[in-house]
Amino acid sequence: MLARVEILGRQTVRALDEIGYAAVLFGEALIWIFAGHRWGQPLRLSATVAQMLEIGILALPIATLLAATVGVMLAIQSLYSLGLFGAQSFAHVGIALSVTREFSPLIIGILVAGRSGSALAARLGTMSINQEIDALRVIGINPVRFLVAPALIAMLIMLPALTMWANLVALGAAGLYVSAALDLSLAAYTAGTLEVLSPNDLAHGLAKSALFALLIALLGVVNGSRVEGGAEGLGRATTRSVVQAISAIVVTDMVFAFVATQ
Amino acid sequence: MDMPRAPLIEVRDLSAHYGAEQVLFDVNLAVLEGEIMVIMGGSGSGKSTLLRHLLGLETPSAGQVLMLGSDMAKLGARDQLALRRQIGVAFQGGALFSSLSVAENVKLPLRERGDLGETTMDIIARLKLEVVNLAGCGDMMPAELSGGMLKRAAVARAIALDPRLLFFDEPSAGLDPTVAAALDELILQLRLALEMTIVVVTHEMESAFKIADRITVLDRGRVLAVEPVERLLRNDNPRIQNLLNRRAETPEIESADYLRRLTGEA
Repeated sequence: MLARVEILGRQTVRALDEIGYAAVLFGEALIWIFAGHRWGQPLRLSATVAQMLEIGILALPIATLLAATVGVMLAIQSLYSLGLFGAQSFAHVGIALSVTREFSPLIIGILVAGRSGSALAARLGTMSINQEIDALRVIGINPVRFLVAPALIAMLIMLPALTMWANLVALGAAGLYVSAALDLSLAAYTAGTLEVLSPNDLAHGLAKSALFALLIALLGVVNGSRVEGGAEGLGRATTRSVVQAISAIVVTDMVFAFVATQ
Repeated sequence: MDMPRAPLIEVRDLSAHYGAEQVLFDVNLAVLEGEIMVIMGGSGSGKSTLLRHLLGLETPSAGQVLMLGSDMAKLGARDQLALRRQIGVAFQGGALFSSLSVAENVKLPLRERGDLGETTMDIIARLKLEVVNLAGCGDMMPAELSGGMLKRAAVARAIALDPRLLFFDEPSAGLDPTVAAALDELILQLRLALEMTIVVVTHEMESAFKIADRITVLDRGRVLAVEPVERLLRNDNPRIQNLLNRRAETPEIESADYLRRLTGEA
């Protein structure tokens, strides 16, 4: 019993330590982003663009596939459930709101956590093991400015951008399915969707995706920069960053939805 | 060689801990300008920890490290940066950035200075790569280099800003004897040609005896001796003799006793 309490205590202390570390990293990254140029050490634009390419552009094919699949899946389920009440003509309402407020940010968040969050943790972990982080510090380069700030900015730009793209693809795919199933014109479906959606719905989804971007970047950095124990430790840190990021995304999603709809 | 002058590094009563474990005990050390100081010791002796403190990568539990007269732990960001630009480090595995070419790695410290044009940086990078016999390898990626080439590329990056102080962490580790000897020669040439003060952390005695002006022997976190090679060889401290003669420290065990221990018989 005492041992369990001790383990719980250690894990709580570790979690608090990591949250504190993430907060410090975030603050330091913001300082470098906004004030680095004053000290002659501006944000590395080329690295930021490279990260944006990696996180956003190279994820487009898989993001498109997932978004289209989710759109069609939502269309199938909406038509089935609303068909029970003879209300299939309202399918576009549920689809439009579910996609923009919930599914696009969630699916893209999980995709990016698995794809880029793990890559960020693995990259930082490898650099830490290979003493590249030490080399940066010895050269006089702040690792937060050099590595964390570009990843954070790229994530904050590309996750909402990918979410917006996923909105278009998912709504388009759902529209194709619904219009074919109900023998509607795609134009009528689109007009109905645009009528239902408000800027607030889009902002809700995009704000969530920005929050997810922050979580993915910080959890990737925290886990990657604290790698211990060589290759095995690196594997553990990478897995941990993905699991933590996805869990954090799902929990944050629920909290955000609750707060935003009150 | 000229007589060594003022100390560029002074370590005063340095103690260090990892968690609850103390790994350095009241270490005192002075590295004089122009000398090659080798820090030697077995595994777990604390030499890597000492190096990390010399480089300002760790904060001492007690005592201080004065680098070029300044305590790095007490300097502001700007002064610390200015001090770091007078220091070069060649890490054990090279620590080259894998996403950058060899030339870009060498140019990184120059680029961070912010006051050099691309052409100037290209010329300096080419020169530094020539100094370490890697002319023509600038476009290669670190993954394409052999172990010896990686270490030489790391040296090229370390000397990019013409530092006054150059550190080597286990330069011969993992290299075949010929390549290791070539690296020793390079260290001697760097001191001669660029008048650098050099600190080498190693456990390779052959290499240490070849390049060192003085050797610091660390043992279990304590300095046992800081002496020139000839005097160290005559030092009668049994622990130093064990290290120099590669004698095991564990007492020999009789086979019958060993078997009893294995089977758990008291």
